[in-house]
Order: sequence, then structure tokens, then C-alpha cells
Amino acid sequence: MATSSLLLLLADGRFPAGAHAHSNGLEAAVAAGRVTDLASLEAFLAGRLATAGLVGAAFAAAAHRAVTSAGSAVRGSTLALLDAELDARTAAPALRTVSRRQGRALLRAGRAIWPEASFDDLPATSGGAHQPLVLGLLCAAAGLSRAETATVAVHGTVTGAASAAVRLLGLDPYQVQALLVGLAGRCDGTAAEAARAADDPPERLPAAAAPLADIHAEAHATWEVRLFAS
Amino acid sequence: MRAYARLVARVDGRGGTVLTELRGETPLLLRQTPGGGRVATVYVVGGAAGPLAGDDLRLEIDVEPGAAVRVHAVAASVALPGRPDALSRMAVHAVVHDGGALHWLPEQLVAAAGCAHLAESRVELAAGARLTWRDEVICGRYGEAPGSAVVHTRVDYGGRPLLRQSLAVGPGAPGWAGPAVLGGAPATGSLLVVDPSLPAEPASVEGTRARLPLAGGPATLWTATAPDAHTLRAHLDVA
Repeated sequence: MATSSLLLLLADGRFPAGAHAHSNGLEAAVAAGRVTDLASLEAFLAGRLATAGLVGAAFAAAAHRAVTSAGSAVRGSTLALLDAELDARTAAPALRTVSRRQGRALLRAGRAIWPEASFDDLPATSGGAHQPLVLGLLCAAAGLSRAETATVAVHGTVTGAASAAVRLLGLDPYQVQALLVGLAGRCDGTAAEAARAADDPPERLPAAAAPLADIHAEAHATWEVRLFAS
Repeated sequence: MRAYARLVARVDGRGGTVLTELRGETPLLLRQTPGGGRVATVYVVGGAAGPLAGDDLRLEIDVEPGAAVRVHAVAASVALPGRPDALSRMAVHAVVHDGGALHWLPEQLVAAAGCAHLAESRVELAAGARLTWRDEVICGRYGEAPGSAVVHTRVDYGGRPLLRQSLAVGPGAPGWAGPAVLGGAPATGSLLVVDPSLPAEPASVEGTRARLPLAGGPATLWTATAPDAHTLRAHLDVA
């Protein structure tokens, strides 16, 4: 019972971690003229799910696994390795910066809400730990399962971009919501795959790449005026 | 078909590189070309069409301290369907020791209709090693939708993860042609340059090509999408 409410709270875009400030790559794709309508938004979301969505959820699940099943002695070193492995999957410096910035915002919320949780196991990387790692620890602190953790991560990937699409393209919110409903099964499948992958050694975690995500992110980072931080 | 090939390079003591081992099997044959001096040049010669689903090709490269090797291919590989429900696979495992250099500059991988191909590369670089590594994928032959191909690249530098990327195209990869991944471009690729003697340069973007400094070592990844193989090659012709 309690777990269900906690799952909803953590997956909610209103959770105070600044998720609403990010379009998850959509703003740059819109500016490049690649996402213009509902159909291209659906293709965008399908690609995000299979790439950044899967990778982020797998790392959130792996971080959750590290703090719930590993001994306290190896927690820190496992999380440091996960952080370096996620760096190696994030070729674009702009995306590394964004992930660490989102990690810091999430960590602020986490420390305030669960002061007794072991966030100090996170690596002291300059810029802060990557967002999926912080999310994994936050979900563990809330008592969510590994599968629920992956679900929260995947949910954030698609809903962030979808709500940005309503603002950027003026799409009908009902139709965008219907699109998300249609993608729900695929989101669950991606989350299940990510949760399974978390048992693999860190170097074998998913590494699905998206050339345009890297290219768009670096272009977006040079803009002087933008609606979203990423 | 199954094939195993191996290449070992050492310094020859006179400022050059000697190949102490160079062996292959059809359809994975290795040929050294004369000249070159400090750098030994080797061509991968495909001794048969393909790879075809069911083929399992493995190549091992060992570059000893101070040695330098450049690997090219005589032609593009065209991944083709073969045995039903089978995968064609090309696995490269390279180790480059301190002061060694490997330039892996093969031709494109063409994912033909109906193929099911996995290209898996694993590169271990000692701190102080240099690398140029090019991967190019063409999604289908002319006017053709591609089969499923995955190009997985895993590079470590000085025992740290440097690059992990797995690019999937074709019917097995949801959204691959869409605006989040390739945006309809039939050609994509990357060039990884690892060189501790080069100054770090900031990220930059020009059209659909980006220069991306990596976090895990003295390395830059150039990544691009293009309307055709020639444009792609021009995008990646930076080293």
C-alpha cells in the first residue's frame, strides 16, 4: 500500500527535482525540424526509450542493486565504477553536465526527505553523481523495488519529453496523453529489461547510442536563449 | 563459416614495426603491404561474400610497446542474410600497450536487407597508448531498408572505461530511424581518436557532425550522420 503511493510520488513530475526544466533532447530536435507533429513525436519517444531510456533505467536499477544487495564495504566502489561506466556511455559533454546537474538537484531533494539514507556512498565526482545513480539510491531509500526503480526512470524519460512537446509544438494534450498510453506497454518492457540487466557486471550494462542525441545536445548547449535546460 | 585471425606487432629495434604473427582464415585474411617504415600496414581481405548470418569471425590484435599498426580493408563488408535465425558476428579484440599505436580504419559495414549482424569490438589501451578507431554503418544497399545490425564498441584506457556504445539499426531497434537516433540518415559513424600528446579541445557541432571530448581519458569522439557513405567519410576524415 505505502509502496504504491511512494512509487507515484517519485514518478511524479512535480517531485521537486527540477525535471520540468528539461525536455530530454526534444527542444533541440524540434529546432532542427525533426519533430513537428504527433507522429514524429512518437518516433522520437520510441528512440529515446530504446536508447537513453534503457541506459538510464539500467543504471538506476544497478545503483539500487548496489545499495540494497551489496555489502557496505563495496557500495562506494561499485557506485564509483557505475559513475565511470555511465560517463563512458555519455559521449557528449553537454549530456554529462546535464546528468550531473540533475543528479545534484535530485540529491538535494533526497537528503531533505530521507536524511538517514546512505547518500554518502555516492562518488565525490566533480559536478556531482549522475542522475540515474542518485535516482537509484532515492528509490532504495523510499523502499521501492528494483523493478519499480527502473519504471520510475523510464517514466521520467518519456513524460518529460512529452510534456515539453505540448509546450514547444502546441500539440493537443489529450492526443499526447493518448500517445503515452499507447507507449505504456513498451515503457514497461524497457523497465523490465533494465531491471534484468542490472545483474550484469557494470561494463556489460546497456550502452545504446543515439548519434543525433549527442549532436543535438551539443548544438542546444550553444544557444543563448532556450526554453529548456536540456 | 568460422574464421580466426591474429596479428601481433612489435618494434623491430630499428625504429620500425615488425609483425611477428599474421594469420587468418577465409573469409578473414590479412595481408601486409610493403613499405610504411615505422608503421606496419595490414589489409583485411574478405575471402568470400558476406558476412552471412551464421558466420562467426574473430580477429585479435596485439600491439606491443612502441609498435604502430594501421589496418585497412580492401572493400566494405556487406552483412547478408544466411542461415535462418542465425546471427553473423564479427568480433575484434585489440590490446595496445604503452607507446603503441593502432589505427583501425576499415571500410563501411553495409547492413543489407534481412541481415542479422553483430559487430563487437573490445579495445584495451594502456595509459600512453594511441588509437584511431573508425566505425561506419550504411543502413541498407541503395534504396533498400536495412536488416538488423548492432555495432558495439567498448574501449578502456589505463584500466578505466573510456567508451561504451552500441548502435543498433533495423527492425530489431525501435525508433532507430526516428528523430532521436538517426533522423532518417542512412549513414552514420564515429571516429575515436585517443592520443595523450594532443591538447584537449572543446566540444563543437557543425551540421550533423560533432566533436565530443570524452571523460575517461585523452580522447575525442567524432560522431556523424550523413545522407550517403561518401559524405559520412568526409565528416570523419579529421585525423
